Amino acid sequence: MVRNVRLIARLDVKAPNLVKGIQFEGLRKLGDPNEFARRYYHDGVDEIYCEDIVASLYERSSLLDIIERTTRDIFVPVTVGGGLRSVDDVAAVLRAGADKVAVNTAAIKNPSIISDIARRFGSQCMVLSIQAKKQDDSWEAYFDNGREHSGVDVVQWAEQGQALGAGEILVTSVDREGTATGFDLSLLREVSDRVDIPVIASGGMGCAQDLVDAVMLGKVDAVAMAHALHYGICSLKELRDTCWSQNIPVRNRQDRNGSTPT
Amino acid sequence: MNSVTVIDYGIVNLGNIVRALEHVGARVCVGSDPGAVSQADRVILPGVGAFASGMAELKSRDLDNALKEAALAGTPLLGICLGMQLLLDYSEENGGAMGLGLIAGNVIEMPRWGADGLRKRKVPHIGWNALQYPPNQSHWQDSCLAMIHQGEFCYFIHSYMTIPENPAHILAQCDYEGLVVNAAISQDNITGLQFHPERSGPEGLKILECFVRS
Repeated sequence: MVRNVRLIARLDVKAPNLVKGIQFEGLRKLGDPNEFARRYYHDGVDEIYCEDIVASLYERSSLLDIIERTTRDIFVPVTVGGGLRSVDDVAAVLRAGADKVAVNTAAIKNPSIISDIARRFGSQCMVLSIQAKKQDDSWEAYFDNGREHSGVDVVQWAEQGQALGAGEILVTSVDREGTATGFDLSLLREVSDRVDIPVIASGGMGCAQDLVDAVMLGKVDAVAMAHALHYGICSLKELRDTCWSQNIPVRNRQDRNGSTPT
Repeated sequence: MNSVTVIDYGIVNLGNIVRALEHVGARVCVGSDPGAVSQADRVILPGVGAFASGMAELKSRDLDNALKEAALAGTPLLGICLGMQLLLDYSEENGGAMGLGLIAGNVIEMPRWGADGLRKRKVPHIGWNALQYPPNQSHWQDSCLAMIHQGEFCYFIHSYMTIPENPAHILAQCDYEGLVVNAAISQDNITGLQFHPERSGPEGLKILECFVRS
């Protein structure tokens, strides 16, 4: 009975730099996204998630260039998000080397784009990205990097997204994003319990135990991390070792130096 | 001569497969017409998306007949993901559609539910999974998995899976939450991979390297 949890490196890009903020604000430039992506690939990351964080804000897209640059020599799956507004945008991004697309703003404004993308490219290609902000006892879906609120309930939106043909749900907690204070576990648990498709946790990871909690308590299938990796707080090897020690199956592989972890 | 022709039939993200093949030293042509297939030293049929629309796109370019002729002529042919599924006779996806019929068998939806009515697994199957020998097999020599060790991981992303009529055509399997998934199938010069070798790190690159050297 194996379902290997995926460790995903999240690269938020403001061309031409990799950036990181706190709750999507106060962005710091960290360097060339391609260098970070390559390092994570060599350290055995399972997937890369790359988001052009200004695309939907300024109604423009420098995504193709970013994909080309970031995915050069990277042979693991790459998901791309940020400013995708049409099926044609998606086709262009896939042609440039992305494997999947993450859609947030366009889906909130026009939910049928989820079905359009799924029909054309398959559900496995269509990741519904949800930015969730806590409101008393529930969560509201936000867009434009947590700036605009939609009035849509996150859990209902996740269910609707699945019904429309999304193949995965990426849930980012706006409240926890960049804070390294741990995932919003009740948010993750609520979404995971209500959908049958894989759920990716994002926003808040500060240490290896947060990953374990997201899987064991939040019941997610994958964990996206930015802060913890970019600032060198956790290494992918350390995260894998932690997972194995807590009986969470992850991809086991030979590392680039030829040694085989047990 | 490590030349390989990747079929472009309009529904495929070719960037990553082409880059991966070039990375392992292949000379890559991208072809979208029957002539490109008949002249190819080796053919890769990639693919993501729905079975019926993939088949329709092949037919609209007359690539279905070209692929059948190339397969018959002994050209090494590698189908990846949807490209693997298209090698079979029939898929039940979206009400059903006929495939290329190069390897006898069908494509079925991966079951989500157990006999007890409880959810057994999430579909799509997305993630890394370990390749295993099928029953009665103990090596991958003479296949494109020749450089792979049992237990090495590859990246899967699919909701349907292949069931070849003849179990002898199963080359590798994996276990997805108790479900045995056929990860690779082969018959003579025809091979299908359910996972994405171009997205499976160094192990996947080894598989592509093996294919382009075949």
